[in-house]
Amino acid sequence: MTDSLLKIDGLCGGYYNKDVIKGLSMSLGQGDFLGIIGPNGSGKTTLLRLVTRVLRPSKGAVYFRNTNVFLMGLKEFCKKAAFVPQDIATNFSFTVMEIALMGRIPHLGRMQLEGKNDIRVAEAALELTDTLRFRDKYIDELSAGERQRVIIARALTQEPELLLLDEPTSHLDIGHQIQVLDLLKRLNRAKGLTIVMIMHDLNLASAYCNRIALLNDGLVYKQGTPEEVLTYQNIEAVYKTVVLVNNNRITGKPNVMLVPGEKS
Amino acid sequence: MKLRRKIIILFILLAGAVVFGLISGAVKIPIADLLRQENRAIFNLRMLRIVAAILTGSGLAVSGIALQAILRNPLAEPYLLGTSSGAGLAAVSAVILGLSRVYMPLAAFFGAAASIFIVYNLAREHGRISDKSLILSGVIISVAFSSVIVFLVSLFGNEAMHEMNWWLWGSLQVYDHKLLMLVAVPVILGICAIYLFAQDLNAISLGEEEAMHLGINTQNIRKIVILITALITASLICICGIIGFVGLIVPHMMRLVIGPNHKILIPVTCLAASVFMIACDTLGRTLFSPVEIPIGVITAIIGAPVFIILLKRGKRI
Repeated sequence: MTDSLLKIDGLCGGYYNKDVIKGLSMSLGQGDFLGIIGPNGSGKTTLLRLVTRVLRPSKGAVYFRNTNVFLMGLKEFCKKAAFVPQDIATNFSFTVMEIALMGRIPHLGRMQLEGKNDIRVAEAALELTDTLRFRDKYIDELSAGERQRVIIARALTQEPELLLLDEPTSHLDIGHQIQVLDLLKRLNRAKGLTIVMIMHDLNLASAYCNRIALLNDGLVYKQGTPEEVLTYQNIEAVYKTVVLVNNNRITGKPNVMLVPGEKS
Repeated sequence: MKLRRKIIILFILLAGAVVFGLISGAVKIPIADLLRQENRAIFNLRMLRIVAAILTGSGLAVSGIALQAILRNPLAEPYLLGTSSGAGLAAVSAVILGLSRVYMPLAAFFGAAASIFIVYNLAREHGRISDKSLILSGVIISVAFSSVIVFLVSLFGNEAMHEMNWWLWGSLQVYDHKLLMLVAVPVILGICAIYLFAQDLNAISLGEEEAMHLGINTQNIRKIVILITALITASLICICGIIGFVGLIVPHMMRLVIGPNHKILIPVTCLAASVFMIACDTLGRTLFSPVEIPIGVITAIIGAPVFIILLKRGKRI
């Protein structure tokens, strides 16, 4: 186990004095690909918003390399950790390059214009996500899958060590889902980028993540390898649904099958 | 380059508008005659008007851009948010209280800031501010403050004060060129300051959380930018009265022409707004000469349909 990149310690927080996350602790090593799963309302998105400092914790803390993230400058934090939302507002005609260059904001001072290096970083990120050919296209002309890859490129332009994603594939068809997830896996392997991703699809989580955290009611119900977490006992207990778990014959990873309550 | 061509066209339009503004008026004077010594006074007068038009157009339009981005509301604009009327009311009060001219912009700034505060809190419901309730509150405050202006000017109108129409519908006739020079400083500095936030405005226009994830402190920047727009609006009130819709018409037109990137949008809008204001002012002076139609009437006639289109479209900026 490498030393921890991100450590969450007794974290509580939520909205209007009502905590959604209720004393959650976990830690994450460099190079991990962590999938966060759990039923609706279990606090997945709230957890990510606390980690990315959009929400303030009511108790506990988040540490990035042993530094409390709330004591870091906001820009300082955003140089280390980048966030990818489900989708972005699409009724703007920013070009793909303009969107990618926004990732340089944490690196630049207010008076500073983007230099050659910033453009090179943005181009490299677009290249990596296979979107460089769209550089002068408007973001609203792209398909959902292409757009999501541009948003990932913007996050990579921040040159982060940690990439946090909130269900980045939920609006995509299966082809695009695999495309985006393969990209993330490649970044994880080749660049040692640490990834934390909220996922709905348990089988995709099983296939791509080396660690999974199963959330239930603001706490980690179970954390570990896909084999340790994705057992029918854990899933039935948290999702209140009957499932069958066997192994994917090609990947050897756990495969969760749903069992309908009504026969067709 | 396409962008360069558009900018060149705007510069040509600006030059054309300046010439148009110089030669037309109650008397039409060809440009060659205008440069002669005996016409010096007319030339200076018209030139001053053009300077006022450029300043007012750029200031109001850039304030509109900044407010639209920072509030993520396509209808946001100093007039429709009640900022102009607040500033106007405070400026009228300052004149009635007999404060010296220098304090008028200062009073107007406090009026503008106060009206923003009131409108913002009126529109807030359960900690959230909806687009339409913000504009509704702004328009209500605007109407209320305008009526108080009418009340005050009717009761206490004196020589030092302009007439009612000047306050309510604006005019680019420069009565006091020293005041013009005085307010030019905060207006120009304000526009430059907003330009420094261009990339932040880009990120914020994509979404507040989006911007936070890029390391932008949206809360602070929102306060700073709103105060700068109050400063610009208040300064302009003192030399040209209340002129509405400029911050709505020009920015939206320019977004269609060159896109939403504030680094380009802000300077290009300054150019376009200058052309627009010179044209409106010249039309106001010449259409029914010798009667002068207040410039605010012309901008409102053009602005109201734009407002309706934007309201119906219901899209973000």
